[in-house]
Amino acid sequence: MSSVTISDLSLSFGPVKVLKDLNLEVNEGEFVVLLGPSGCGKSTLLNCIAGLLDVSAGQIFIDGKNVTWDEPKDRGIGMVFQSYALYPQMSVEKNLSFGLRVAGLPKHEVHERVSRAAEILQIQSLLKRKPAALSGGQRQRVAIGRALVRDVNVFLFDEPLSNLDAKLRTDLRVELKRLHQRLGNTMIYVTHDQIEALTLADRIAIMKDGLIQQLDTPHGVYNNPTNRFVAGFIGSPGMNFLNGTLENGLENGSNNEKDQWNFATPDLRIPLNGYAFKQAPVAGQPVEIGIRPENIVLGEAVASAAVQLTVDTEIVEPMGADTVLWTNIAGNNLTIRTDSESDVKPGDKLSVGINPSRASLFAQNGDRL
Amino acid sequence: MADTTAMAMQGPSGPKPKRAISARNIVLYGFLIVAALYWLLPLYVMIVTSLKGLPEVRMGNIFSPPMELTFEPWVKAWDSACTGLYCEGLKVGFWNSVQILIPSTIISIVIASVNGYALSFWRFKGSEIFFTILLFGAFIPYQVMLYPLVIILRELHLFSSLSGVVLIHTIFGMPILTLLFRNYFAGVPDELFKAARVDGAGFWRIFFQIMLPMSLPIFVVAIILQVTGIWNDFLFGIIYAGTTNFPMTVQLNNIVNSTQGVKEYNVNMAATLLTGALPLIVYFVSGKLFVRGIAAGAVKG
Ligand SMILES: Nc1ncnc2c1ncn2[C@@H]1O[C@H](COP(=O)(O)OP(=O)(O)OP(=O)(O)O)[C@@H](O)[C@H]1O
Ligand SMILES: [Mg+2]
Repeated sequence: MSSVTISDLSLSFGPVKVLKDLNLEVNEGEFVVLLGPSGCGKSTLLNCIAGLLDVSAGQIFIDGKNVTWDEPKDRGIGMVFQSYALYPQMSVEKNLSFGLRVAGLPKHEVHERVSRAAEILQIQSLLKRKPAALSGGQRQRVAIGRALVRDVNVFLFDEPLSNLDAKLRTDLRVELKRLHQRLGNTMIYVTHDQIEALTLADRIAIMKDGLIQQLDTPHGVYNNPTNRFVAGFIGSPGMNFLNGTLENGLENGSNNEKDQWNFATPDLRIPLNGYAFKQAPVAGQPVEIGIRPENIVLGEAVASAAVQLTVDTEIVEPMGADTVLWTNIAGNNLTIRTDSESDVKPGDKLSVGINPSRASLFAQNGDRL
Repeated sequence: MADTTAMAMQGPSGPKPKRAISARNIVLYGFLIVAALYWLLPLYVMIVTSLKGLPEVRMGNIFSPPMELTFEPWVKAWDSACTGLYCEGLKVGFWNSVQILIPSTIISIVIASVNGYALSFWRFKGSEIFFTILLFGAFIPYQVMLYPLVIILRELHLFSSLSGVVLIHTIFGMPILTLLFRNYFAGVPDELFKAARVDGAGFWRIFFQIMLPMSLPIFVVAIILQVTGIWNDFLFGIIYAGTTNFPMTVQLNNIVNSTQGVKEYNVNMAATLLTGALPLIVYFVSGKLFVRGIAAGAVKG
């Protein structure tokens, strides 16, 4: 059963259309991450789901109920904000219980829910403190607690970790994942941190200009990007792109099988053995090939790769766990990720191997071929 | 390596010594002392004069302390100085001023704070235009509105009454106070408001339980503005209050500028000090509160 359904949602600020006929279906208990560049409308979408913004067109369903015109409190959602948004003059306990007191719940139930949330988040010892006397991580935990006590099915997060330092962010990320596994709520999470998105999400929705470009599992988004934008947006260091044309191997004579296709530039030919085309290829069509830095192999593996190439190494960047090589092939930049034991030096000529089955081809309009 | 350690041992270390007397400090403190004297001297003259008897005042040594200390002028200024026809002192004006001050301050701040809150969080269609018009009102010269307001108050049967003056003060305080509160609330993070909405709080609950507790500093500022402004007002008091309701400032003028009899400088000084006492006290007391209010308002760190 779907937990949150958004159908043909549009939202404009005056003449600016921020969301354009957006559709999204989130399953019950699913962790969906909205990922996209700054200003693409992620927060706007989340605010629409929460009922903090009036939509211009379209409908929103939560747990099967049409909530398009409902007040935020009646939607069965809890929300966590980037700036924590704790009420500064209230103690942690009062912060947690504010919503419950507004709803007029009996005292003992308020107390029960607050203690339960405090226990889950390990903030029992902080209940009497004011937000100003908490660290960033503790504040964010209280903010999550405020959503938790509401006992709702859907949690909305707007970049909850982006104000924290790197170490704390990693810790809280794991905690959030654990929380999700324990509670089993539906969670919609906005971020522009790819690692957060890839590690937390059951499915990632990549947004651009108020539209969802691709909604897929982290694996799908990473390995089968649906268009050029998604391919370039996900991954760090980014995917390598080369411009060229498609040629039919048979006509060209370099390959003998009928269904063989090559990616070709004036100086380079990459046979596309084993590439699964989504659309029928046309000979002579201008295309862009995208290859992930870690899908280019070095050393012994080169021999068994489908395609062998020679590149010039320009810069070597040791990153700890692995090493990134910035190389050049026929005037194009090519980034290669290899393990940290590699002893490549700037200026080396390297023999590298590519498996086209793991590459992505994009037509001129950006769609995956 | 040895070089650097040797250099480190010779070089400066620890806190940089401060020179107590530098040319800069002499100029700075010199200027401050002169400025303080310049402002405090008149006050000093007023205080000593108000504590002298008339014969001593006539001797003309305005800087000398009183030879014979007397509080007679203060008592007279408060209780029996003549303001035009009546000789009941400033106390009548004082109570009039209090009766004008308290309701106008409270009403104007209550309305303006709600205005500012609504204008920054509950944008409605045309709220920007509403705000612009309100601001524009702050720049219209009072003189233009004096006569129309006389007529309006007459039609409302409020002319020559305390409520009339209160109404006028409330109206004229509105633009600047609304601006003050709107700008303060505009600085409150939007997400705080959104969080409260998700928690189910409505217009008034968010105002009273979230916004009010965190806006003490701006209320103090507004109170200072209104109390001093209204207490010092002369124009509205003389025009709209009517003779029996004259505020303290108007009565002070009547005492000081009375043309009959001898000029009692000591009584005049005492009366002036009495009239100025309230704003002075407000500044002294609220300064501390103000700082404390700001320190307590930490939102996010
Ligand atoms: N109140 C508003 N009035 C006018 N335009 C707005 C308003 N709020 C947002 N926008 C515009 O809508 C677009 C989407 O904003 P939104 O806050 O949803 O971006 P976002 O994807 O959350 O970005 P970020 O990652 O930087 O938070 C932006 O171009 C922004 O300028
Ligand atoms: Mg945002």
